Amino acid sequence: MAEKVLVYLDHFEGVAPPATWETLGAAKGLAADRQSGVAAVAVGSGLDHLAAQAIQHGADHVFLVDSPSLKDFRPEAYADIVTQQLRDQAVEVWILPTTSRTRELAAMVAVDFETGVTPDVIAWESVDGVVVATRPIYAGKLHTREVNRKRTPQILTVRSRAFPIPEPEAGRTGEVTKLAITPGHAVTEVLGYKPSEAGVSLSDASIIVSGGRGVSNNPNLSPPAEITDPKQQEIWRAQQGFALVRALASVPGAAVGASRAAVDAGYIPYANQVGQTGKVVSPDLYIACGISGAIQHQAGMRTSKAIVAINRDRDAPIFKLARFGVVGDLYDILPALTTEFATRLGKM
Amino acid sequence: MNVVVCVKQTPDTAASLSVKDGRASWGDAPLVLNPWDEYAVEQALRTKETHGGKVTALSMGPTEAREALKQSLAMGCDEAVLVTDPALAEADSLVTSAALAAALRKIGDVDIAFFGKQAVDTDTGVTAAQVARRLGWPSLTLTAAIPALDPSQRSITVERMMEESRQTVRAGLPAVVSVVKEINEPRYPSFMGIRRASKAEIPVWSAADIGLTPVPAAVLSWPEMIAPPKVEVSCEFIEGATPQEIAAQLVSKLFEAKVI
Repeated sequence: MAEKVLVYLDHFEGVAPPATWETLGAAKGLAADRQSGVAAVAVGSGLDHLAAQAIQHGADHVFLVDSPSLKDFRPEAYADIVTQQLRDQAVEVWILPTTSRTRELAAMVAVDFETGVTPDVIAWESVDGVVVATRPIYAGKLHTREVNRKRTPQILTVRSRAFPIPEPEAGRTGEVTKLAITPGHAVTEVLGYKPSEAGVSLSDASIIVSGGRGVSNNPNLSPPAEITDPKQQEIWRAQQGFALVRALASVPGAAVGASRAAVDAGYIPYANQVGQTGKVVSPDLYIACGISGAIQHQAGMRTSKAIVAINRDRDAPIFKLARFGVVGDLYDILPALTTEFATRLGKM
Repeated sequence: MNVVVCVKQTPDTAASLSVKDGRASWGDAPLVLNPWDEYAVEQALRTKETHGGKVTALSMGPTEAREALKQSLAMGCDEAVLVTDPALAEADSLVTSAALAAALRKIGDVDIAFFGKQAVDTDTGVTAAQVARRLGWPSLTLTAAIPALDPSQRSITVERMMEESRQTVRAGLPAVVSVVKEINEPRYPSFMGIRRASKAEIPVWSAADIGLTPVPAAVLSWPEMIAPPKVEVSCEFIEGATPQEIAAQLVSKLFEAKVI
C-alpha cells in the first residue's frame, strides 16, 4: 500500500527526542487531509521498543530498517535507505523532527529526488493537496510561507516545540514491518562518542535558565590569591555566577543557556549559546539572568511563552520582552529563587 | 592541500528586518560575510598554514556578494571566485548546491570544501550536505574540532556536534566540512590583507562557465513573507523587601501563568 505521509523517527541509541513524537502528532492532521494513516520509518539497531513507542504516539504502520551495521547515524547510509523506502512506497510527504542529524539527512534525500526541503517548520496547512509551510528566517525576525508544488516527495522538518507532544496511548495497536535495505558503500567510519557539554538539550527544554555577562558582576567575591590575571579573575567570578544559574536550573530539570557575550568572554561553552548565532529556543519559561537583551539574543528566545528577566539595570532592553521582571542582583535573587522552586516542587 | 571555503553575503545580525513588496528588507543595515562563514574561512586558513597549499573563497550570489569575498581575501584567502548569473537569482538550496558543486568541479582537485553551519538570513543549513551528496563526498557537518588531518593518507577525523553527544568520525578526502563556532576564533583582517583585497580582481563565472546549463528551476517558492506579530508584553516588576519575598511572589505568578 502506498504510504502518503511518512514520519522519520529520529533517535540517538534508540532513544527518541521529544521532537520525534511532536512530529508524529503533527503528521496526523496532514495525513487526515489525505484520508491516509500515518506511517513511520526508523533506521538503526535494536529498534523494537522505538516502534512500540511510535505506535503509542500515533503511528499506524512502522517500518524498521534494523541492523547492527546501522547502529551509528551516518548520513550517507541513512539517506540511501530512506530514499529507497520513499521510492518503494511512493510517499507524498516526508516529515522529520529538526535535529542535528535530520537537517542533513533531509537535505541529502532531497538531492536524490531533486525535490525541495523546508526545514524548521512551525506551522502548516494543506492547500490543493500540497503542504504550505511556515518557517522562521533571519532567526525568527521574519516568517516565510514556503511551498513545493513541483515535485514529490515534499520534505519538511518540524521545529522542536512548535507542535504539542501527543499523549501516548498504552493499548494502541499498529503494524510493524521490518525491511532489509542495504545502503551503498560506506564513506565514513564512526570512531566513538564524547559526552555533550550542554546538559539538558536547549531545543527540547520546557524551562531554560540563561546567564549573561552580568553573572561575573559581583565585586564582593574575591578570587583565590593564586589567580592573578584579571581575565582569569573575571572568568572565576563568572563561574560562581553560572553555578547559581545551574543550581536554579537543576531544580525543575531546566536547560542552561547563555548569551553570546558570556560565551565570547569564555564563561561557558558555545553549546549553551542562545541567539541568532547560537540556538533558537522556544520554552514555556525562559529566565534571563544578567542578560541585557541584544537584538541577536532576542531573536533566539523571543518566542518563549513567558520570559523572566533578572537584571540590575531597569533600562535593560530585556525587560521589554519580559512578562515578569526583577530589578536586582542575581547573586541575591537566584539562591532565594532556587530555594523557593525546590520548596514548591517538593524537592526539599 | 587545495582548500575551498564557500561563503555567503548576508545582512548584519544587528539589522532589523521588515517586509517590503513581499521581500525581506534590512533597510540600510550593512551587508557582511555571513558570521558563521568566518569560522569556515578561519579553519580553511589554519588548514593551509599547517599543511601548505592554497585557499580559494567561493560564493554564489549577486555581484554585490563580491564584498563577502573581499573580506575573505582580507582575512588571508589566496583567491576568490564569484558565481553569478541572472538565471540563479531565484535559486533555492537545491539550485545553490548544484551551482556550488559545479564550481567545485571546475576548480578541480579540491581536498576540502569548508562551509559555515548555515546562513543567518535563510537559516536553512542544508547546502553543505547537499553539495556533498551531489559530489559523492563525505558530509562532515556541524564540526566542532578536527583532531586529525593527514593529507598523505587522504584521511580526516572530525568531532560533530549532536544534541546528545559529540560524534567522532573518520572519512577520506575529498570531503565537505561544515563548522560551528566552537572550532576556532576567527582572525581580524590585517591592514595588508585589506589593501590586497581592495585591489583584487575577482573572477566571475556564469552558469555556462561552470557547465550548469540549463540552470535547473527552483522547486520551492515563497508565496508570502510575514513580519511576525510583535509580542506586546508589559513587564510586571516584582518587588519586595527581601530576595525571599521576591522569589515567593515570582514563583506564585509563574505557577498561576502555568509555565511551570
